[in-house]
Amino acid sequence: MPYAVKRCTAPGPSDMTVVDDPDLLPPPRRSFYQRYEALILGGSAVIVAMVIWEALWEAGRISPLFFTGPSQVVERFVAEWTEGRLKQDMLYSGRNFVVGVGLAISSGVVLGVVIGWYRRLAMIVEPFLTALYSTPRVALIPLVLIWFGIGMWSKVFIVFINAFFPVLINTIGGVRAIDRDLLRAARAFCASDSQIFTTVVVPGSVPFILTGVRQAVSLGLIGVVVGEMFGGSEGIGYMVNYGGQTFQTDTVFLGVVIIAFAGIVLTWLAERLERHFSRWRPER
Amino acid sequence: MIKLQIDTLTKRYYVERDGRQVLALADVSLSVEAGEFVAIVGPSGCGKTTLLNIIAGLLNYDHGSVAIDGETIRGPGINRAVVFQHASLLPWRTIAGNVRYGMELQKRFDEATMRERTDAFVTLVGLAGFERHYPSELSGGMQQRVNLARALASDPAVLLMDEPFAALDAQTREHMQLELLKIWSQARKTVIFITHQINEAIYLADRVAVMSPRPGRIKGVFAVPFDRPRPLALKRDPRFLEIEDAIWQMVEDQPQRLGIGAPEETGTPERDALRREAVHSPGAE
Repeated sequence: MPYAVKRCTAPGPSDMTVVDDPDLLPPPRRSFYQRYEALILGGSAVIVAMVIWEALWEAGRISPLFFTGPSQVVERFVAEWTEGRLKQDMLYSGRNFVVGVGLAISSGVVLGVVIGWYRRLAMIVEPFLTALYSTPRVALIPLVLIWFGIGMWSKVFIVFINAFFPVLINTIGGVRAIDRDLLRAARAFCASDSQIFTTVVVPGSVPFILTGVRQAVSLGLIGVVVGEMFGGSEGIGYMVNYGGQTFQTDTVFLGVVIIAFAGIVLTWLAERLERHFSRWRPER
Repeated sequence: MIKLQIDTLTKRYYVERDGRQVLALADVSLSVEAGEFVAIVGPSGCGKTTLLNIIAGLLNYDHGSVAIDGETIRGPGINRAVVFQHASLLPWRTIAGNVRYGMELQKRFDEATMRERTDAFVTLVGLAGFERHYPSELSGGMQQRVNLARALASDPAVLLMDEPFAALDAQTREHMQLELLKIWSQARKTVIFITHQINEAIYLADRVAVMSPRPGRIKGVFAVPFDRPRPLALKRDPRFLEIEDAIWQMVEDQPQRLGIGAPEETGTPERDALRREAVHSPGAE
């Protein structure tokens, strides 16, 4: 060898480098607190807030006209559940939600894939979609009532029209975002058009579709509540509205809590689904 | 026995933006024997990738003919497989799922055979144990190996490789060249290998064809006299360097036409026009 190679040595035991020094290594496992820190801090904050709220309520510092307390909400819940119509209302709203969002997802995905794939079709449909998407759906409600009456189907349609657009638009985006290199590779291996569709386009769009589903769930929930406030006689939205008009503030609060809870659970589920099917995506 | 025969191949395309017609390939002719490893080198934009895409059946051509085993090429076929520069692996499939992909599309093997071949080729490219990983979890070199396994698994007569190591760092690239030769010595397909790097071409190939700048035509073909197996140290052998020098001279022959930065050479509108043609998704006209 033409050059002499000088080896570097670290001070101390011959095999150890500075990094191996046990005093400098971090503890191997995180403690219980560290792992659940977000849950602990967040949960504690909620509990503290509840306690303060209840204390204020018990001390009579809150007027029952404008506000209510946690214990009162629980009382109202028990009353409505055992003697009142809470079960029917929840079932009614739940059913409208499921049907409306279900229709929105199925039609949104199918139409989204077709429109995303065929450019000419997209050009034809685009002005209508843009117009509908830009219109606040609330403005269309009187029209919906004329078309569907005040029964169940008007509520379902309002949920549908709220949930449909996020699914459609995200699906179109997903189809358009397919990597062209993948299409070329599939073609090079003699894939037919339908094979390209099933093996590349559809699986590739799934994460985008699920994002749309998550948004559809949130907007669908809004649709349920809003729909029942117009010409309704059943449902959680109706319960909130009626409670408000009759100054039963605890009923209003109960309804809001139920809706919020449903929203949290549904969104969490949708996010879990989204994350499960996006496992293959590289960390960004 | 001639495996691949290209005769006076000519290819024009339109650049949409200006409406002008550009000649990409002019009278390209090349014969490749069965089991031969032929490398094609040339300056940027000379049409190497266009030529490869035509052989793969992804692009049409205007004049001349391309035939494998005497049959004219009319589109993608099961007798060819492409290893692209960017791995183009389906990111939602595992490595095993990706290696199977070509076979699945072509429906030539039954399920049991496909599984066997998948395992065999995953092992051949040195990725045994990674079958359940996703492409995003692998390095660039490993992804290209999957790409190679996928191409080999579909049992092509001719393997087309479009600058497959260009996106890798220099050390991985050298390593992959050695790996490729090892794998090829066991599979012995006819190979067309496009590259920018002249020493890579000489190291890998039996013959090196040099393309001229656009419009592309074969300027000359060099025979590589070294026996196989070839160690990496061969690259520093004086005879190797002589050949490299000779090829470099031929490539450099018309310095004013090399056109790095000259607007006539491949800019975005040309590449886009060709890419659009090559992808050709239905309905997306």
